[in-house]
Amino acid sequence: MDTESTYSGYSYYSGRSRGSHRHSERSRDRHSKSRSKDSSSRSEKNVTINAPPVEPLLGDQPPPPPGDDTQDDNWGETTTAVTGTSEHSLSQEDIVRITKDLEESVGLGCRRYLSLTLGLLLGLLVFLTPLAFLVIPQVLWPERLQPCGTACEGLFISVAFKLLILLLAVWALFLRSPRASLPRVFVFRALLALLVLLLVLSYWLFYGVRILDSQDENYQGIVQYAVSLVDAMLFIHYLAIVLLELRQLQPCFSVCVTRSTDGETRHYNLGQLSIQRAAMVILENYYKDFPVHNPALLTASKSRAAKHLAGLKVYNVDGPGNNAAAGQSQSRAMIAAAARRRDTSHNELYYEEADHERRVRKRKARLVVAVEEAFTHVRRMQEEELKKPPGEVMDPREAAQAIFPSMARALQKYLRTTRQQHCHSMESIQKHLAFCITNNMTPKAFLESYLTPGPTLQYGRERWMASQWTLVSEASVTSSLRDGTAFLLKCIDFSLVVTTKAMPYIRLSEEFIDPKSHKFVLRLQSETSV
Amino acid sequence: MWTSYPSVPNMEPFDNNCTLPVVPGQPVTAVVQRIEIHKLRHADNLILGFSIGGGMDQDPGQNPFSADKTDKGIYVTRVTPQGPAEVAGLKMGDKIMQVNGWDMTMVTHDQARKRLTKKKEDVVRLLVTRKGLEQAVKNAMM
Repeated sequence: MDTESTYSGYSYYSGRSRGSHRHSERSRDRHSKSRSKDSSSRSEKNVTINAPPVEPLLGDQPPPPPGDDTQDDNWGETTTAVTGTSEHSLSQEDIVRITKDLEESVGLGCRRYLSLTLGLLLGLLVFLTPLAFLVIPQVLWPERLQPCGTACEGLFISVAFKLLILLLAVWALFLRSPRASLPRVFVFRALLALLVLLLVLSYWLFYGVRILDSQDENYQGIVQYAVSLVDAMLFIHYLAIVLLELRQLQPCFSVCVTRSTDGETRHYNLGQLSIQRAAMVILENYYKDFPVHNPALLTASKSRAAKHLAGLKVYNVDGPGNNAAAGQSQSRAMIAAAARRRDTSHNELYYEEADHERRVRKRKARLVVAVEEAFTHVRRMQEEELKKPPGEVMDPREAAQAIFPSMARALQKYLRTTRQQHCHSMESIQKHLAFCITNNMTPKAFLESYLTPGPTLQYGRERWMASQWTLVSEASVTSSLRDGTAFLLKCIDFSLVVTTKAMPYIRLSEEFIDPKSHKFVLRLQSETSV
Repeated sequence: MWTSYPSVPNMEPFDNNCTLPVVPGQPVTAVVQRIEIHKLRHADNLILGFSIGGGMDQDPGQNPFSADKTDKGIYVTRVTPQGPAEVAGLKMGDKIMQVNGWDMTMVTHDQARKRLTKKKEDVVRLLVTRKGLEQAVKNAMM
């Protein structure tokens, strides 16, 4: 029952608003409650090993009252199966979803705005401080300041340009729209912000003590002080580039990412990153590398597994015995019996797969022919035909709508055979057709996106589920990757298992070959008659 | 000339201590058969009636008759039917160890040809070895 609610809920996401899907959950729950009765009868086929209570074989204790003697064989039938969803209670996923929504709306936005405002404040502080250093003496004690000539002017120009460079550099590095929101704070950024704050505060401290209190007259010294602050800022910016951008460029770990439902595996090379940043990189690559997750393809193995479980039923023939040992030996006996049983499911699988292959190929052939024929009906209007067009003139959308019906049936049948029909809606297909016609693509190019399942980004936004990833890790998520680190990226329907391996240290040696040493002889084999 | 090569001991044909594997630096021992071929005069040439292959300057890997594919000795590759060689008992695949006392295990192909076709000699006495010779000797002894 739980499995039904897990991945049928997925199909409810497409095209429905947030508010209405809760109602549809309730109606689904009502359906599932009405079916719980026959599921409990179905549970009879599940192997449940119930050892009855221990009865001593020695005759010391009084005999048990009659009626308790016989084991109740119909135990399974009369219990109500506890399903995951029922009419009046919320299921586990509903709760998770609600809390996630709450977090999203309140917590995450809060954090984002908080970090944004902090960053802005720090930036303002950094830019205005040197200017303040320069302006305050002119304002507070202008008559006592020593005039400084060309040297000061040079320093003013250099302060101005350095601040401009700093502004451009900060814009390039920091003022980009965030790609992701990570669970913990970004350690390097926090450290850098702290460093900048400390630097600025210490400069202010010295300024306050040495210059403001004593009202220093050496204006050139004050200007040089401001220039040194701007230089230090530029060096911190250099440090930021190295820590945030350059450090992880050199690859030193190879990461293996496996999807838990169908085993799709990819390998990536990463540099020294923390676990959360590595997860971010992996997820960005997931959307373009992995074929889209199709739950309809997984039902076959689930039904086979269910059939395996349904086959055996264990009876306790010898009467009541020792509780724990009986339970263990019974389960072992069951496994052994299952292994020995002559099982024809492999045969069925083989023929079913061969049959499916043939059916897919037949449908594909029909589809390709239909699409090629449809594409011959439309062509681009030539330049000279603008004056008197031969027929009705259409824009790409209308042209697509005109030729779509001739291939619609074949395409739908093919998608149904390969179980992709829920990934493509009618309008998405027509939109794609219009796009292909506009760009002069051949029928084969049009069909390519339907013949093979593409990466997740290719499909609509409702399939992305980008807001529902959870990072499950034993080590702290801000600790750096190490050889043997493993963590899990959980989505509602599946999870990505990530394992890390350090890249080998390559020892490369050199061998010099003199170009003159390439000499050859013929292989002689002569035969002489004497 | 070659400065270091194992010497072929002058062995009697029915010698019992025969070890065929070649160990570098050690003398080669083999069971040999004496074959005496009388040359036939054929229009100003003296012919023996067989063909040789192999030699120090040849590629030993291509030799179909040698047991050890690094053996650079002289092998009999063809025997003309009813020729003097066949009459004398030479067989295809025989390895020639000596010709008239001259060693043939470490000579070039051309040197071997010259030693066999000396115009002044009418008779050549060869020491040849072949597989199965050792076994034949054992069988004969028993």
